[in-house]
Amino acid sequence: MSKLKVLLAASALTVVGAAGANAATLDDIKAKGFVQCGVSTGVPGFSFTDDAGNWQGFDPAVCQGVAAAIFGDTSKVKYTPTTGKTRFTALASGEIDMLARNTTWTLSRDADLGFTFVGVNYYDGQGFMVPKALGVTSAKQLDGASVCIQTGTTTELNLADYFRLNNMSYEPVPIETNEEARTNYLAGRCDVYTTDASGLAASRAAFDNAADHIILPEIISKEPLGPLVREGDEPWGDVVRWTLNAMITAEEYGVNSSNVDDMVANSDNPEIRRLLGVEGNVGEMLGLDAKWGYNVIKQVGNYGEVFEKYIGSNTPIGLERGINAQYKDGGLIYSPPIR
Amino acid sequence: MAAIEQDSESFSLGQLWSDKRYRAVVTQILVIAGVFLFLSFIITNAIENLEALGKTFGFEFLEAPASYDINQALIPYNSRDTHLRAAVVGLLNTALVAFCGCVLATILGFILGVLRLSTNFLINRLVYCYIEFVRNVPVLLQILLWHGVIVTSLDVPRNAYSPVADVFLTNRGFYVPRPVFEPGFVFVAITFVAAVAGMVIFRRWAKKNQEATGQIFPVFSIGVAAIIGLPVIAFFVAGMPMSLDAPALEGFNFQGGMVLRPEFTALWLALSLYTAAFIAEIVRSGIQSVSHGQTEAAYALGVKPNWTMRLIIIPQALRVIVPPLTSQYLNLTKNSSLAIAIGYMDITATLGGITLNQTGKEMECMILLLMVYLTISLLISAFMNWYNKRIALVER
Amino acid sequence: MTDTATQPRSYEPGNHPDLPPPLLTSGPLAWVKHNLFGSPLNIALTVISLYLLYLIVPGLLNWAIFDAVINAGSREECKAIAAGACWALPAIRFDQFLYGFYPDHLHWRINLTAVLFFLALLPVLWDNAPFRKQWLIYSCIFPVIAFFLVVGGLGMEEVETTKIGGFALNVIIGVTGIVASLPLGILLALGRRSQMPIVRTLCVMFIEFIRGVPLITLLFVASTMLNYFLPPGTTFDLILRVLIMVTLFSSAYIAEVVRGGLQAIPKGQLEAADAMGLRYWQSMRLIVLPQALKISIPGIVNTFVGLFKDTTLVVIIGLTDVLGVGRASLSDSKWQGLPEEVYVFTAILFFVCCFSMARYSTYLEKKLHTGHKR
Repeated sequence: MSKLKVLLAASALTVVGAAGANAATLDDIKAKGFVQCGVSTGVPGFSFTDDAGNWQGFDPAVCQGVAAAIFGDTSKVKYTPTTGKTRFTALASGEIDMLARNTTWTLSRDADLGFTFVGVNYYDGQGFMVPKALGVTSAKQLDGASVCIQTGTTTELNLADYFRLNNMSYEPVPIETNEEARTNYLAGRCDVYTTDASGLAASRAAFDNAADHIILPEIISKEPLGPLVREGDEPWGDVVRWTLNAMITAEEYGVNSSNVDDMVANSDNPEIRRLLGVEGNVGEMLGLDAKWGYNVIKQVGNYGEVFEKYIGSNTPIGLERGINAQYKDGGLIYSPPIR
Repeated sequence: MAAIEQDSESFSLGQLWSDKRYRAVVTQILVIAGVFLFLSFIITNAIENLEALGKTFGFEFLEAPASYDINQALIPYNSRDTHLRAAVVGLLNTALVAFCGCVLATILGFILGVLRLSTNFLINRLVYCYIEFVRNVPVLLQILLWHGVIVTSLDVPRNAYSPVADVFLTNRGFYVPRPVFEPGFVFVAITFVAAVAGMVIFRRWAKKNQEATGQIFPVFSIGVAAIIGLPVIAFFVAGMPMSLDAPALEGFNFQGGMVLRPEFTALWLALSLYTAAFIAEIVRSGIQSVSHGQTEAAYALGVKPNWTMRLIIIPQALRVIVPPLTSQYLNLTKNSSLAIAIGYMDITATLGGITLNQTGKEMECMILLLMVYLTISLLISAFMNWYNKRIALVER
Repeated sequence: MTDTATQPRSYEPGNHPDLPPPLLTSGPLAWVKHNLFGSPLNIALTVISLYLLYLIVPGLLNWAIFDAVINAGSREECKAIAAGACWALPAIRFDQFLYGFYPDHLHWRINLTAVLFFLALLPVLWDNAPFRKQWLIYSCIFPVIAFFLVVGGLGMEEVETTKIGGFALNVIIGVTGIVASLPLGILLALGRRSQMPIVRTLCVMFIEFIRGVPLITLLFVASTMLNYFLPPGTTFDLILRVLIMVTLFSSAYIAEVVRGGLQAIPKGQLEAADAMGLRYWQSMRLIVLPQALKISIPGIVNTFVGLFKDTTLVVIIGLTDVLGVGRASLSDSKWQGLPEEVYVFTAILFFVCCFSMARYSTYLEKKLHTGHKR
């Protein structure tokens, strides 16, 4: 019977000990020395592995920014590739600290699944891609078509609603990953491939004959994509949120990785001085080093730089800024003031 | 006296472990305690984890609209139906592919098993190579291969290959005409049911007759003739109350007719061919297990070769064949869950896939899914056990 | 012999001349007649098989060997050279297929682990090995060595588990699953045959539950649900969770195999052990299990073959095993449209391993049978 007591006591201890460790993600990260970041298994431009096997792209850049803010070192990130199915459980279980993967901010995910979206780093919408040879010019002409969709995403719900509301029928061809969807689409298993417009552009860029495929003008949904963290740990959520905001603010005020040293020395704009830690104590408020903002801009770059580097018009992906321009330029990218 | 009595009944704690009588009880109490401790440990953890995430445990989500479409549904379904209905659609798809798979695998397996025993060297080796190759390659790989072959090697509907009029082979599926039943068809159906019922009675009578007199009626051929022939006659008498709805290319796809989607076809073929290889080996060893003396004795008694097979070898071989056959059926059904790899919408893909993802109810969905598979397995086992008992040796 | 008419019709007893030997009872022609053209059915079968061979073999050989391309930089180059299979993809990415994203300069560690594994396996399978006892001790500590070799630590460079992949991952999952499930499976088998009703019921419930559900659902449990059952805040790696589930899965099947072995041991052995005053565990350890396990080895090997094939399922929950690497290569725009090559290559890889193991288990079965025949 004494064995039993020991077991009981041990299990009780484990529970207590572990429960205490759950709340303060930021302290945990500082203690273990790296950020565990969930990314997608591969969307050209948004997240991919380079030749050396390191994760790069528009989404991992947010993780690198967070690592720069906490440690001043972008390499202190470990990546976990997640699929549409595993991403939420990975985050919920604490396997990853943050999820930077093209994930749409919706009410149910925010409220019901128990996550907090800390911001939007790309405003997207669901579109359709078809081979030019079909002669289709509008999504309204797709009645009766076979449509390839990635399962486990909001796209299949939008798709069902769109076709139902327009009184059209279709054959859904559900597919697990992006690359399989592409294989099936190219083999003619489906007439249409639908996902976020950015994803379509990225996929099309990888085709041998990209010009043979067109993206239809209809955008059938709002897909604000952004990084998310577990609900209930505000200090950690704040770090991710304001890292993203720092990158956006830096672009707004013209601070970039090449002129940031100059700005530290010479700028007299109080917003810039606060961002770079020359003035005030915003870093301390976040529980970070005073130079957190400087490190993010210096090592990762501002929002515009990251956009142009991975998915901008000079890359094979070739996305225009569009609604993802700064609010001053008529876009939606907007950061609350850093003060 | 008293002292001795006390001594013999004295009970020390050490005895709990050293005395054989008590040890079994103590062990079992410890095991139960351990199991309960473990269960309470994980359940407390689960409750705490769910609470920390602000999630609740419950099955109400099954009543909410599923909001997604399913390409192959045996019962009417649209995206406004509930998650529960979507799960049922998935379950029926699982049942469909499992049933079709078991039937085809059994037929192929028996043929291959008999061919494997053939004295013909060529066919024997050919079947051997086939069986060994198929058995030793992962079934997931075979499913993907079949799907890949169908999707990439066949053409799109516009350039469909049509071997016979109104039958089209495309990489979106195999289209065949669909029979449309008119009211008069009820007459044919009734005839069919009556023929089957009549044959069952006839068979019983023939068996009794055989046991009493030794006279054998060709029950099988009469049965086949009656069950097929009578409805056909009824069909013409009723004025052919059936028409065919042929598939026709309209817009992007064929409309009308019946379709076997590439996902279903690939899964069905791969599972059947894989399982058939195992069944062939079972059939072979079953037939080999019947001693050759039985055949020789039958010949000596003047029993014809095909009767020897039907009346002496097969009934004895079946006793050896049925138990492992059951586990092959179970394997096939369980393997049908690999459908998710190619997007066939079975129960794993609906309940355990999209529903799980859209609602975030991992715990509830997985519990339901495990229960469903467990129930299917138990049902198949129960049916095959019943069949096994029926054909088992009745010792007198 | 030619003019039979002149020969007498009757003979004195013992004077009958020798009859000519019957035609075609031996030699290649007789073999052909008996095995290929013995009866009308036989002739039909022969013709059909010859036709099948004619249909399959030339096309297959042309595709796989004669028209195949092995040196090319992309699918387009392949197709420009010849119309057959494009083996350039598996050839160029051979290392990836075997090791996944494991760092190039550390591949030797995987290879070393494989060699050490075979060394650890030898004494288990080879009864008369010299120094078998000492050698078996090494076999017991091998898993620890293997763990550090693969994952790193102890001064060696550490490798993230997400980088382990390719065929090595299949082997790791398969071998770990079977090795770790052996003790558990034996316990379950003993429990299932135990006299204690509660222990027996629990074991039966566990075994039948695991055998009643598909492996993929258990892998889903590992990937989506297992973390909920851990104390809040603790997590572990997906590969580790998969290993746990695979171990539980195969332990149920091992238990059934071992149960078969236990049932084959005559009851008299146990009664004799009881009469000698051996305790339960003593009689199990010294008398029953050594015999039961020996006859279970072919079954265990067969279970391993089945499990090894099933390790490919991990691709569905996002691990990059050999199939995952293959599919990832197919998404490279240079190599799109070569699913047959990738799948056939993987199939051959599995076939070679599984077929040789299956042959080995058949050989063992035969060896064991002669032992019992007397």
